[in-house]
Amino acid sequence: MDLSFDLWGNALVSGLLLGGFYAAVTIGVSISFGMLDIVNIAHPAFIILGSYTAYIANSVFGFDPILSSIVLLPAFYLLGMAIYHIYDISFERRGDAAIRGLAFFFGILFITEVTLSLVFGVDYRLVEAPYIGPSLHWGALDLPLRLLVPCAVSLALIGALQLFMSHTFVGRAVQAVAQDPLALRLMAANPSRIKRIAFGLSIASASVAGAILIIIQPVEPSIARDYIGRIFAICVMGGLGSFGGTVAAAMTLGIVESFTATFYGPSWSPAVAFGFLLLTLAVRPAGLFGRR
Amino acid sequence: MANIRFILVLAAVAALVFAGAYAVDNAYLYFAGYVVLQYVVLATAWNILGGYTGYVNFGTAAFFALGAYSTVVLHKAFPVPLPVMIAVGGIVSGVVGLAMGYLTLRLRGTFFSIATLAMAVVVQTLITNWNYVGGSRGAYILRPAEAPIFGGDYIRYLFLLMLILAVIAIATARAIQFSRLGFGFAAIRDDEAAAEASGVPTLKLKLIATMLSGGFMGMAGAPLPYYVTYLDPASGFSLSYAVNTIAMPLIGGTSTWLGPVIGAVLLGTLQQVATVTISSSLSLLIVGLLLVGFVIAAPRGIVGWFKK
Repeated sequence: MDLSFDLWGNALVSGLLLGGFYAAVTIGVSISFGMLDIVNIAHPAFIILGSYTAYIANSVFGFDPILSSIVLLPAFYLLGMAIYHIYDISFERRGDAAIRGLAFFFGILFITEVTLSLVFGVDYRLVEAPYIGPSLHWGALDLPLRLLVPCAVSLALIGALQLFMSHTFVGRAVQAVAQDPLALRLMAANPSRIKRIAFGLSIASASVAGAILIIIQPVEPSIARDYIGRIFAICVMGGLGSFGGTVAAAMTLGIVESFTATFYGPSWSPAVAFGFLLLTLAVRPAGLFGRR
Repeated sequence: MANIRFILVLAAVAALVFAGAYAVDNAYLYFAGYVVLQYVVLATAWNILGGYTGYVNFGTAAFFALGAYSTVVLHKAFPVPLPVMIAVGGIVSGVVGLAMGYLTLRLRGTFFSIATLAMAVVVQTLITNWNYVGGSRGAYILRPAEAPIFGGDYIRYLFLLMLILAVIAIATARAIQFSRLGFGFAAIRDDEAAAEASGVPTLKLKLIATMLSGGFMGMAGAPLPYYVTYLDPASGFSLSYAVNTIAMPLIGGTSTWLGPVIGAVLLGTLQQVATVTISSSLSLLIVGLLLVGFVIAAPRGIVGWFKK
């Protein structure tokens, strides 16, 4: 009985930690898809890009992956602004965002993946940091630092974004765009500008998410796809654009995946995420934690 | 009447293509031609749903691989002739398409797209964990040395089957475009709420579209195990199928039957040439760049250049 309790406890804890990490991966899509209604399915590719920049900073220059990803935030922010600019001119202003916008991001996902595999090959890459390896022990529970640190960084990132959204002028403007872009235009504000800033922030979050991804697991270019389903599952379950809902949904998915991996084997866990997404879409499209 | 004339012309073109290939009789030509024709079928199938009704399907690989794996199962359980396997593959994928559509088509278009992406991974996980069809190790298929008709190498037979399949797919797509069904699809694409309000049975039409589209994708995938002789989940579910089948109609033009054909022939040939002369991953990069370039600069595709 003891053994079984330990197993349950450890599966629960690692699921919660994993969920914290999933929240960081999803928060960018919660902004772009949830608030701005831009279906950025290329987001996971930017996260992998973040993993590779952290990898280069770590293996070539010996920097800490998380610190270097924070230093690189402005670069990702600018990249996001540039991509939104192209998207805005080409699709949103023509009122043609549905099919072609989707195909555009799908193309970007694919280009990023192929380019990364041409440059770095398809080998798995790792980073080195002092917190990868050791674990904290608390009774029978193991708290591996390689999961604990990413979870903490992720919650800090989301906390910072939440503060920004609710306490600054630009942040509130982003929320206003999410609610009603037309009304914003009637107030003589330019929704394109606000959306560009918000999309920049969403891509910037991919830098940090990528760094903690490569701490948790070895990375190669095509794992981006495995995350598309998880990210959108969490985003939809969390009720599109609610940060608290995103964290709650991420933790739920983390726990379910961790239990599946513990009791049925890790090869089934991708199906869990996607099965969850299909179920959510079929039964409650507004999300488990949604308001609509 | 116009339909019959069109089918006759199409069949004549197909016969000419086969006669030309037969005259040259080069094994590589059959191998490369098979892939191009396979993309003609896939792109045409995708366009029935994506181009006519405006619902973007990212799960091509799932339908395609379901067709391929139903052949693997049949090959191991009841070895029937290949045309029967193609029909079975089409039915399996068509039924999955119908179920998928039933679950998600009441949602906004974007959610349908995300759900198809999700479905591809669920199906891939199921196949990877299914030992009967080889699991993650993959399955080997020995193809017969002699082809049933015309004799000669088996690849010629595969080429012929794919050519016939392409003719059927194109004829179906064109027939739909000029029928009541096609006008219903176009109404959904242009304004679904207005179509529903004016009495178009939108859900029923969308289900027909997903079933047909999925079915043709499954048929295109069914001969694959005989073509590659070794099939594993990673290659059967490759993302390049999804990218290609979206890129081809968008580059050719999505609103008519001709667009996907033009896109598939151009892009498929280009890829075959680039794979031989440069490298296969670079040729995929070209597809991605062309896709993004075309959706930005030429939203109506190549067909759009000739139509005002």
